[in-house]
Amino acid sequence: MDRLTELENRSIYIIREAYHQFGRLAALWSVGKDSTALVWLCKKAFFGDVPFPVVHIDTSYKFPEMYSFRDEMVARWGLDLIVARNEEALARGVGPHEGSKLNCCTELKTNALKQCIAEYGFEGLLLAIRRDEHGIRAKERYFSPRDRQFRWNYEDQPPELWDQYTSEVDEEFHLRVHPLLEWRELDVWLYVRRENLPVNPLYFARDGKRYRSLGCKTCCSPVQSNASTVDEIIEEIRTGRTAERAGRAQDKEDAYTMQKLRALGYM
Amino acid sequence: MEDEALKLVLVGSVDHGKSTLIGRLFHDTDSLPEGKLEEIRAASEAEGKELEFGFVMDHLREERQRGMTIDTAQTFFSTERRQYVIIDAPGHKEFLKNMISGASQAEAALLICSAHEGVEEQTRRHAYVLKLLGLSQTIVAYNKMDLVHYDRRRFEEVRSELLRFLDRIGISPALEIPISAKLGDNVAGRSANMPWYGGPTILEALDRFEKGPAPLEKPVRFPIQDVYELDGGQLAVGRVESGVLRRGAELTFLPTGRMRTVLNIRKFGEEDLAEAPAGECIGVIFDRDDVQRGEVGCPPGETARQAVSFQASIFWMARAPLQAGEELSVRCSTQERVCRVSAIRERVDSSTLEHLEHNAAALQETEVGEVTISTDSPIVLESFTDVPELGRFVLVRGCDVVAGGIVTAPEAGA
Repeated sequence: MDRLTELENRSIYIIREAYHQFGRLAALWSVGKDSTALVWLCKKAFFGDVPFPVVHIDTSYKFPEMYSFRDEMVARWGLDLIVARNEEALARGVGPHEGSKLNCCTELKTNALKQCIAEYGFEGLLLAIRRDEHGIRAKERYFSPRDRQFRWNYEDQPPELWDQYTSEVDEEFHLRVHPLLEWRELDVWLYVRRENLPVNPLYFARDGKRYRSLGCKTCCSPVQSNASTVDEIIEEIRTGRTAERAGRAQDKEDAYTMQKLRALGYM
Repeated sequence: MEDEALKLVLVGSVDHGKSTLIGRLFHDTDSLPEGKLEEIRAASEAEGKELEFGFVMDHLREERQRGMTIDTAQTFFSTERRQYVIIDAPGHKEFLKNMISGASQAEAALLICSAHEGVEEQTRRHAYVLKLLGLSQTIVAYNKMDLVHYDRRRFEEVRSELLRFLDRIGISPALEIPISAKLGDNVAGRSANMPWYGGPTILEALDRFEKGPAPLEKPVRFPIQDVYELDGGQLAVGRVESGVLRRGAELTFLPTGRMRTVLNIRKFGEEDLAEAPAGECIGVIFDRDDVQRGEVGCPPGETARQAVSFQASIFWMARAPLQAGEELSVRCSTQERVCRVSAIRERVDSSTLEHLEHNAAALQETEVGEVTISTDSPIVLESFTDVPELGRFVLVRGCDVVAGGIVTAPEAGA
């Protein structure tokens, strides 16, 4: 069995375990390449229809191309979309230009997600994070518990052996499930090519630049690139040495911003 | 290169240089992303340290401050031959559950033992965990050769002590390599400091591991993972764990004993597959709609075993000890049963292998037990070496996974 098929099977197994375990399950969909691949894997796991909602955490600072791509995909794949926005914080004027990035991400992403979980009562959340994205994400389990305050107890994570996952937690917890944890950036693009998946046009180079990782418009910079097709992107990643998240401002503020964000419940 | 990935775990005692070796390997093969070295250099300086290659893997601030890996992490690495998923595991005894979590995902292991400190408690314990997990492909790296002046006699001394222990537990390392992870000797490039060593470097040794073949020749084992509704009927989903499942095949489902015929095998977009080999997650329509999660489909006449009592080796990972007779649950593949550890026949120190007690009443954290487990209803099992997925299990107390185990005899007995 080739590597991509192996990865796909493992992800589908995990998605089905999560669906078996949780009455209230949702997938977080940032509209980027990884979570779009995750939604596709959910479609495959359930033979066409995703039997739970997909949640888009909308900071209101995303690229216009992300909103249009989102709406197009919802229609094409027949998705049950929930848009989660922290309206209260937005009304207070919280944004990337005021205060620290840590605070903005916490308010507009983590707290928006908290409000969404409180409203819908989700017990399990599928997330498309990958170990090769960031050293902190490399420490994750496939099934990872979070308490009501969303805290990640990274110093004392539960054991996770073989395909046996932490499936039950006390009531005040929810579980983050990470079916793509073992995928590399390159694997995602190889999968996009194999499955002919639609991706946001922002990933393709225009005028010598492209976005390699998508977040908020205000905190993402494009990287130098002439890769304007999926094949060219695959070649670029194979031969290149730039880190995937080189254009993401939130990683740069200090060496441990990502750890602090994640300890507070960030994705 | 993209077609094969081997999962390799690095184990050994705390401070013997696992994370450092990974960092060094990345550095010397030019595998670090741009900017990473600068980031590590800055983080090392911030902690008042020399350039610390271990920071490539040790990303938690607490890990960098304490100079110690807390949790397992994975990274990726490629050679001309294939890709590697490198699993770093913490060496400290306090984090044994994290080491076991990492090692349980691996196909091969690299055991690191410092030639300076010598064989330690955790070196032996990790080797024993490898053995219990069935990781037979192992190489040993003797690190910190620079601190012992690249002395061959010291290398041989530590080596013979470790080999005596490995021999007792039945591990025979494929290769043994003297290295300095910190300075790079015999990591990616051959060391000029140890002309007495003529074997491969770590980098060369990696490509000598072989991936185990897929278990296609074995009888089919198809545990049901879930059952979905499809056009008013049932679609049973699961992963084929061994053999090749074929359209038209008859299966006996254990433990119920019902016989069902495979009418249709499908994946999304592939509605009628002729067959599905081990490793595939598929949906199956049977001639009758009554199979359930946890049942295991087998060819009639070549069925798995089932038992209400079986023998196993378990490693206990919870702070609160196991009490013989307490109620737990056992999860094996997609099965779950209420169970009791009805006898702790041997209580074993996982580092010294000393048998601490015969017919013990309790098992403490990090101890290994040779136990008998009794379930409230029949459970389908295989011996670990036949079908690993049906020969390994976890024990759960409340919501917590408290032990991992390997079936040693899928029936009660002596």
